[in-house]
Amino acid sequence: MNILVCISSVPDTTSKINFTENNTKFDKNGIQFVINPYDEFGLTKAIMLKEKLQANVSVITVGDASVEPVMRKALAIGADKAVRINMQPMDSFSTANEIASYVKQNKYDIIIAGKESSDYNSGAVPGIISEILDIPFVNACNGLNIEGEEINLSREIDGGIEKIQTKIPLIIGGQKGLVEESELKIPNMRGIMTARTKPLEVIEATTTNHLTESIEFEKPSVKGECKMIDENNISELVNELQNVTKVI
Amino acid sequence: MSITVYTENWEGKFRKSTFEAVCYAKKIADISNKEVKAISIGEIDENELKKLSNFGANTIVSYPKIKKNNEKGVATIIKNESENSNLIIFSNTFNAKSIAPRVSVKLNAGLITNVISEINDLENISVKRQSFSSKAIESIRLKSNCGVITISPNAFNVTENVVSFNIEVKANELDSNISITGKDVNKGKISLSEAEVVVSAGRGLKGPENWNMIEELADCLGAATACSKPVSDIGWRPHSEHVGQTGKAIAPNLYIAIGISGAIQHLAGVNSSKIMVAINTDPEAPFFKAADYGIVGDAFNVVPKLIDELKKINNN
Repeated sequence: MNILVCISSVPDTTSKINFTENNTKFDKNGIQFVINPYDEFGLTKAIMLKEKLQANVSVITVGDASVEPVMRKALAIGADKAVRINMQPMDSFSTANEIASYVKQNKYDIIIAGKESSDYNSGAVPGIISEILDIPFVNACNGLNIEGEEINLSREIDGGIEKIQTKIPLIIGGQKGLVEESELKIPNMRGIMTARTKPLEVIEATTTNHLTESIEFEKPSVKGECKMIDENNISELVNELQNVTKVI
Repeated sequence: MSITVYTENWEGKFRKSTFEAVCYAKKIADISNKEVKAISIGEIDENELKKLSNFGANTIVSYPKIKKNNEKGVATIIKNESENSNLIIFSNTFNAKSIAPRVSVKLNAGLITNVISEINDLENISVKRQSFSSKAIESIRLKSNCGVITISPNAFNVTENVVSFNIEVKANELDSNISITGKDVNKGKISLSEAEVVVSAGRGLKGPENWNMIEELADCLGAATACSKPVSDIGWRPHSEHVGQTGKAIAPNLYIAIGISGAIQHLAGVNSSKIMVAINTDPEAPFFKAADYGIVGDAFNVVPKLIDELKKINNN
């Protein structure tokens, strides 16, 4: 079984977000990059499947050379091979198109992406890949079980969970629940050493179009002062919410 | 020409987010002299369908024999129904997130998700969207002729706009490439992403057995319940309640955070809330820098008092 995990290199979740070049570009200065948290759940699941079913696990990223440390981390965690498509991601469509082109030439049974990236949050890449490749898509996936030919999955829906059965090849948009937070793997020294010798292939982009264009960024407006209310005067809070800000 | 809107229903009932999407479509339709075409999937009765016309849908097309969890099939229907449309609107729900990307590929249309601003010019679409887990707002322009937009729930008003309408019911059936083998939905609960009021609690609650008062407070307010990441990680509450950077991003009118310190990752997911109240024993908790109202105090003391006060109003 061949598994492809799509990985995005994103700012660490504690990062303060700033922009540069007249607010048109994300300011990478001083930012620590990590594997997108949603992708990390998927990567860990893939490594577990590798151990259970002797699957091969590749990771793929669309980006310039600056994403390679994150790819090496994925190799250190246990992926067998990494592929970088050398292109500055422009939008979900172009990123998905590049990954889909790679999959068309290399057979994969399960493609695992995160349900979204924690930077641009479009949540569109796996869905677009599924349509281009015409394969089943299970989004917000929080459970994946393979027993022989049978693939059982679960996904989050509004207020609940849906159980799904489908066939390979398929693509999922993963999240917590695929594995638990406590199951996430921290690379050990042996993993880090072997990662250095594992293949990291660089492929040139097929120069696809992008359909949307980022213009600029702004930060949400800063809130006013917090009004402190005495814990023995709760009726004041209720009065404020009911009659001043009118939210209840 | 028309603006297409996917009007999702839950067991035959529309929700506020559905009407938000119709109203959003109607606004653009009005300024560009177009009509609104609503597409409904799954069994639903005519009285419910008619409600869409109260918010501006002129043409209502219903496919009762197709199930909404057949997202591939739904995408095909929406594509076929959008021949005379160059803009397709969704509310950003779980279901829509599985359909909209497929539609965008079928129509070679740019996809813009989490949209929080209106469209002023149909010929030259640019909008604002939430990005960086609500730590930033991105302005983005459509380069393609056709666009697919998903709007953030609770970001737009629902205003009545009664129009004349016609309903077409189509009996098409389509195969699905996934089969649904089970479903577990908590019916009594208010959907977290759409809730106008959210009551959320963190490790300050000390244990899962103390959530009764959180649920009681939520009941008083007609609110949904949520929690911080540590609470979901240790299994006190289900993952689906985790709000924050790696959980759900929400934008209710009122967010009450109880025993949550306000780490940057948590604030990222909730700072689009219109009003935030923080209740925490630690006066230095970062949440007090982000909140509109703050109470320094023990949740076990403050929350029951708050419940009492709210009950007084509810009884009047």
